Amino acid sequence: MRRAVLFAAMLAVIGSLARASDLPPDKQRSSYQDMAPATRAMQDADTDNPAMLWVLDGEALWQTKAGNAGRACADCHGDAKQSMRGTAARHPAFDEKLNAPVNLEGRINICRTEQQQTAPLPYESKELLALSAYVALQSRGLPIESRDPRLEPAISAGRAEFMRRQGQLNLGCVHCHDQRFGEKLAGSTIPQGHPNGYPIYRLEWQTLGSLQRRLRNCLTGMRADNYPLGSPELVALETYLMRRARGMTVESPAVRP
Amino acid sequence: MARALINIPPKAKRGEIITIRTLISHHMETGFRYTTTGTQIPRDIITTFVATYNGEEIFRADLFPAIAANPFITFTTVATESGTIALSWSGDNGFAATEQVQITVE
Amino acid sequence: MTLTCKHDEIGAPKASRRDALRLIGAAAVGSTFATLRIQPLSASPAEMRTALERITDGKPVTAGRVKLEIPPLVENGNTVPITVTVESAMTAADHVRAIHVVTEKNPQPNVISCRLGPRAGRAMVSTRCRLSDTQNVIALAEMSDGSFWSDSVSVIITLGACLEDLI
Repeated sequence: MRRAVLFAAMLAVIGSLARASDLPPDKQRSSYQDMAPATRAMQDADTDNPAMLWVLDGEALWQTKAGNAGRACADCHGDAKQSMRGTAARHPAFDEKLNAPVNLEGRINICRTEQQQTAPLPYESKELLALSAYVALQSRGLPIESRDPRLEPAISAGRAEFMRRQGQLNLGCVHCHDQRFGEKLAGSTIPQGHPNGYPIYRLEWQTLGSLQRRLRNCLTGMRADNYPLGSPELVALETYLMRRARGMTVESPAVRP
Repeated sequence: MARALINIPPKAKRGEIITIRTLISHHMETGFRYTTTGTQIPRDIITTFVATYNGEEIFRADLFPAIAANPFITFTTVATESGTIALSWSGDNGFAATEQVQITVE
Repeated sequence: MTLTCKHDEIGAPKASRRDALRLIGAAAVGSTFATLRIQPLSASPAEMRTALERITDGKPVTAGRVKLEIPPLVENGNTVPITVTVESAMTAADHVRAIHVVTEKNPQPNVISCRLGPRAGRAMVSTRCRLSDTQNVIALAEMSDGSFWSDSVSVIITLGACLEDLI
């Protein structure tokens, strides 16, 4: 009898571990809520947010003709305030031609190569960060969407990556960001790791950076083999993170410690 | 030219104390860092910030490597008359940037 | 390890194993050893005092009239918001001439030195600084009568656990 009770208890523990692996939507918490008042103030006022320097650059680039086609973003898309509203809230989005999800940076570069007929912008370049910040700003305040059923395979792949133990520390993303958010890792509060403010001005970096830079930062911290910027694995992870954060408010371009 | 973000109220009452908020893009390389191969990265910072109001200096700051990248400086001034508030930054490697903002004082 | 990482970000030179090996190599060569100087990781409180004396020209500094606002627990030492305000009438006869901020343990003590006058209306300046470690930060005000006033705040810098490859 005692053995049976023990077995049942073990099963319950295993069951709860399995259930704990997905963050329930009612537990979603933006890391904005855990930031110090001074850091929040930096994000709250556009005149204080250094990310707005990139937004101003992006606004100028939006109007600048580029490539063999001699076209500016504005020549096709018009006023970004209308045409780009919600765009960042639903990226990565499914691209039929590539038959794969494409993130915001990838989408900008598809426009560059196909429409403007010029070279794609490298990840973390000033121009790509500026354009993505300007486009992402147009979704500020909107809820994150993740509805397209064609994204499901990438979401599954990204989820598997999120759950998988890896690196010399033998950790998965899940162990910190689903199971231990709110606790401390050295002096920092562990965030849930949501993609709701990218590109972010990170105080640590003292510059603007993409979600993929942040993901690679985490993988380095786990002492894991890293994926190159723009790789399908990182895009899949982004796609899963957007599903995990669905309904949360876009804060881009956010400030983070 | 470096991108700057300036916030000055366009209109003010005579004698009112106004707040001037400034942000400018600059990496503020300290000169204390080394590359992975051990080469020292030379200092590249903004060293001076000057604000003038209709040509007269109202505020000046000397900046050191301990100022964070994308320097943010906020200060106050009394709105005395309508005109131009000019802000200029200068620094290593010939860095120079100037922004001008018009203010109407009633 | 986190300390090393933080110093690297802030910009202080760090002594790596490679440096140690290089030092041993230099010692073996012999003649070059004498020319090697080990740079300190940070300014010392003595260096801060020197910096303060350079500003005050040796005049006495009284605690008071200055308020240095800085979060007591800083999330990231690379970008720390600070505000200095000084009690002053800010008139032609009685005003703040300069505001300085210095630190104890940064590689170099000076942070910022501002010149202002009665036209400021209020003696206030805000900026964002880098703090390499938990330490004292001092704000100093020079008045139009030549007196110096100060405020000192002890700041704790929290360090993150995750580092990033240089990109």
